[in-house]
Amino acid sequence: MKALLQKAGSHVWIWPLLGWIALLVLDAIFVDGFFRFEIREGHIYGTFVDILHQGSKVLLLALGMTLVIGTGGVDLSVGSIMAISGALAAVMVTQTESMFAITVVAALLASMGVGLLNGTLIALGGVQPIVATLIFMVSGRGLAMLLTDGQILTFEDPALVFLGNGHFLGLPFTLTLVALAYILTSLVLRKTAAALYVEALGDNPTASRLVGLPTRTIRLSVYAFSGFCAGVAGLIAASNIKAADSSRVGEMMELDAIFAVIVGGTALTGGRFTLLGSFFGALLIQTLTTTMYNLGVPPAVAPVPKAITILLVCLLQSDRFRAHFRRERSAAS
Amino acid sequence: MKLPRPSTEWLPLMSTVLVWLVLYVGASVAYEGFFSARVFLNLFNDNAALGISALGMTLVILSGGIDLSVGAVLALSTTLVAALIKAGCPAPIAMACSLGLGTALGAGMGGLIHAYRLPPFLVTLGGMFLARGTAFWISMESMAIRNPLYDSVTDYRIALPGKAFLTAGSLMFLGMMILAWLVAHRTPFGRNLYALGGNEQSARLMGLPILKTRVSAYALNGFCSALAGLAMTFYMGSGNPAIGMGMELDVIACVVIGGTLLTGGSGWVAGTLFGVLIFGTIQTAITFDGRLNSYWSRMVIGFLLLAFILLQRGLTRNRPASHT
Repeated sequence: MKALLQKAGSHVWIWPLLGWIALLVLDAIFVDGFFRFEIREGHIYGTFVDILHQGSKVLLLALGMTLVIGTGGVDLSVGSIMAISGALAAVMVTQTESMFAITVVAALLASMGVGLLNGTLIALGGVQPIVATLIFMVSGRGLAMLLTDGQILTFEDPALVFLGNGHFLGLPFTLTLVALAYILTSLVLRKTAAALYVEALGDNPTASRLVGLPTRTIRLSVYAFSGFCAGVAGLIAASNIKAADSSRVGEMMELDAIFAVIVGGTALTGGRFTLLGSFFGALLIQTLTTTMYNLGVPPAVAPVPKAITILLVCLLQSDRFRAHFRRERSAAS
Repeated sequence: MKLPRPSTEWLPLMSTVLVWLVLYVGASVAYEGFFSARVFLNLFNDNAALGISALGMTLVILSGGIDLSVGAVLALSTTLVAALIKAGCPAPIAMACSLGLGTALGAGMGGLIHAYRLPPFLVTLGGMFLARGTAFWISMESMAIRNPLYDSVTDYRIALPGKAFLTAGSLMFLGMMILAWLVAHRTPFGRNLYALGGNEQSARLMGLPILKTRVSAYALNGFCSALAGLAMTFYMGSGNPAIGMGMELDVIACVVIGGTLLTGGSGWVAGTLFGVLIFGTIQTAITFDGRLNSYWSRMVIGFLLLAFILLQRGLTRNRPASHT
């Protein structure tokens, strides 16, 4: 039994998965019609599908954030990048009537550009990640507001609207996007040495540099990738409401993303990351949010249980806390 | 604070004062009526809460930490005071409760950070969620405060020549400013704070009380956030659970622009005053202009933040780099 537990425990993603399943079981019992599915016009609807659909933004942000945290950094600017990406896309389709493909490419390039700037400050300027990304968290939203002139800019472009509202194989198209992003990223990471590089850098930056790893390029790439993921999330967020709401979109999303990654079992100190863990972590947080809506908890009060979960998970991850706990137990036995 | 020091050490503070002077003179030339005692004192009146909070943040950043919960604790403080007074509690007791809660929250977060080696930004992020959620739990919307004592404090003005005046909030800010200066630069606790922020390992080996210093820094910051909340209720005459969203960034920006190193161990309380003045001057100038929207201020603040951080990096490049 102990051996089995240890084996399961060695896969860190088991914990967020178990947590998610536990939450789903609670939902199945306490929330009426949680697992009810309906098929209308060939599309599947239901609370569960809605969680996956609404969770697509956190899932994407968590994907980029996992790699950033894996290098021992953090990216606080993802919410603002979402705003920039959505604003740019909305401005392009409404005011310059650009083609959909050009719009998407431009929005994603801009997002990656912000990520690259973050990376440059961190890798070349030697600025702490929290501080460097804080700068864009503050000014990025201002930039997005500038793009839309402080207004909520609505659009009708069918292709852009499809991105966040369309269906593919009976399911929301966003699920396909998320699945593609996760599968492609894990393939690239695990089939090449990229994952190893990221973990080495997070574990010991000095040693990584001394053995000849391109530490600057790795840092630049993870922040650019985080920007890219945030850009896609921003397009989806804008598409969902068919508008670019620069002042509100992505607000507090950076926290949800960091939370998803931490709950997923990636250590904040870097050096070890798990994409699957972040995937389940993001689903856990989205399910938590949706559950609270369904239980009638006002959205504004919802942060309280989130905060308690964050602190608990942090404590469980702390070696000192575990050591403390173990000592108590061995003293008792 | 012995005066003869290497000049590079004073450079961040000097540049802060210089930036403020340039902004202030520039705005005075550009906008008619900007250069007046009234507008100058309004920099204090309008930014009292931000300033008080920035003083507490200065202590935390000096100790090598960071606190993202200040905006939420401020909101919780305003809401709690408003709710208690509405429930018939005497105003002084309501204020004491709110200050006590803020201090306890800060101490709790500091304790967690110290005891379990948790990253400060994560713990205080949890604190931010907790405080904001609790504030909304107490009341979903803004509550007006009706209380004779409160009204008299809210209406209190020290009239000065040139139609200028100081409100109770500014007096609190100036009082806290002197207190924070004394604490940081004139007490053993202040010295420990600098030592801890400069190099925790050395401070530990020197036998300094690390636990006490760190927890006190966060507790004092919690107190300052709650006090800033009280200053806010005097300013607005109500308690609002939604106030101060994103304020933590403005507060951190003021401290950094004030020349305090984010890695800890170096900085000035006086610098934070000028950081707040720079922030206030930008906001006021944008209001005077009328053509620029408020989001310009965020971009200017972001730009200044970037400039000061790069300046600091340039100055500290020769020091051994600290992590996180």
